Amino acid sequence: MIHKYKLNGYNIVLDVNSGAVHIVDDLTYEILDYLDENMTKSLPDILADKLSDKYNIDDIKAIYEELYNLFEMGQLFSSDDYEQFSDMMVKAPVKAMCLNIAHDCNLRCEYCFASKGGYGGHRMLMPFEVGKKAIDFLIEHSGTRHNLELDFFGGEPLMNFDVVKQVVEYARSIEKQHNKNFRFTITTNGLLLTDDKIEFINKEMSNVVLSLDGRKNINDKLRLTLNNKGSYDAIIPKYQKLVASRGDKDYYVRGTFTKHNLDFTKDVLHMRELGFTQLSIEPVVSDPMLDFSIKQEDLPRVFEEYERLANTIIECKKNKNNFNFFHFMIDLEQGPCAIKRLRGCGCGNEYIAVTPEGDIYPCHQFVGNENYKMGNLNDGTFNTDMKEMFAKSNVYTKSDCRNCWAKFYCSGGCNANNFQYEGDILKSHKTSCELEKKRLECAIMIKAAMADFNADTNNNSVCDREDCFAECK
Amino acid sequence: MTQTKHIKTLNNANLKESAVKGGCGECQASCQSACKTSCTVANQKCEK
Ligand code: SF4
Ligand code: SF4
Ligand code: SF4
Repeated sequence: MIHKYKLNGYNIVLDVNSGAVHIVDDLTYEILDYLDENMTKSLPDILADKLSDKYNIDDIKAIYEELYNLFEMGQLFSSDDYEQFSDMMVKAPVKAMCLNIAHDCNLRCEYCFASKGGYGGHRMLMPFEVGKKAIDFLIEHSGTRHNLELDFFGGEPLMNFDVVKQVVEYARSIEKQHNKNFRFTITTNGLLLTDDKIEFINKEMSNVVLSLDGRKNINDKLRLTLNNKGSYDAIIPKYQKLVASRGDKDYYVRGTFTKHNLDFTKDVLHMRELGFTQLSIEPVVSDPMLDFSIKQEDLPRVFEEYERLANTIIECKKNKNNFNFFHFMIDLEQGPCAIKRLRGCGCGNEYIAVTPEGDIYPCHQFVGNENYKMGNLNDGTFNTDMKEMFAKSNVYTKSDCRNCWAKFYCSGGCNANNFQYEGDILKSHKTSCELEKKRLECAIMIKAAMADFNADTNNNSVCDREDCFAECK
Repeated sequence: MTQTKHIKTLNNANLKESAVKGGCGECQASCQSACKTSCTVANQKCEK
């Protein structure tokens, strides 16, 4: 299978099963319309029939030869031989956990999937005893896996920071004896950040996610405090302080875009202007009935904006104004192995979520859905049948994914979204698919543009964009 | 990167090779959804 598309002046061809990316000229692009997995050494008659009126037959022959070479090398129309590996992870141990340390929040963001922090249940902070059991559970169920991940999530985790600290201390005190290495991460809205907390986070957390939607008026429209005020002014200085003292450890400033800011390139640039370099802005996933939801009919506008953002990133890269936009990052050379790519998140199998009560769910987005409760840390239950059911969800068991060109990049999307909007974890959520595919197209195009730029020896660029802050002008 | 007259290939395709020695599971779990810092699996680091 190949996927070919034109973007920003590039004719891009992705060979799906090998991962090869080719940039081709117009005639090559057209020739590919007539070819498939059954390439033969000699020029197929159809090419001469269809194209020799319009094009020189010698050119057609020469191009065909180049294409055939790629085919022979396994870089064009290569075969999909990965299904044999699809059950390889079924018996995988649990290695990652989302610890919902606080089912409570001090913001009331309109689009919160967790019902403003409470997950539809009562508001509760996790007692240390439950956190401790969660660590024991992870160690016990992680088999020989060395690296274990634990994400402090909520609600707002800083509302229960003493327990965060206790849990980290407890895990650190026993990781060596079990030959484990804990990697902690935390996601926060920033309101409760203090110097002490910043210091602890920067010492112990391998990644920190700082929520911000971009421009002040955008952020403050939906990210509201309990008394209906915006949160921007309170959090920005705290984020800047945290990032300034973080060294080279990972962090992300991440936001959500909604129908209210379909011009979200400006929000990305605004984050950059505030001094942040690790950025992410993602589409809201919400009930189409809500006024801020991104609906099918908004997609053309979102795509246009993704292209604008991609071009902005290229411009910035050329001018050495470097920042990473998470969604457009793609590793075409190394990246994860094909086996990892067959299933994305590993939810319900390698990854689980734990609530303050000690209930276990396949992931944070299933929390509160009784049908998907997998067990409880206090009574020691854990539903391995459900684990197996989730383990078997992969790009081959999802019928839309099986024939999708994006399957080894998207890895089958989000099971929770599928369940919520399509009623079945194996049924792909169309709007999410289209967004994902557009992002991939943009990400690959950026690689093509930068390869061009880097190949050009007098590659001086002057940025003349007017919608940008002045730093690199 | 390799370049011929009509085609420029940006990368050394390696998905097939990666399957042979992959699957150790040591890499980061990657939530794909927008409520976490989601990502395409393709930008993850391999731990091997
Ligand atoms: S660490 Fe590398 S080889 Fe192991 S599963 Fe992850 S991507 Fe594959
Ligand atoms: S884009 Fe959609 S169909 Fe394609 S792999 Fe992702 S979830 Fe599956
Ligand atoms: S099911 Fe969706 S929300 Fe849950 S871990 Fe997977 S990608 Fe994330």
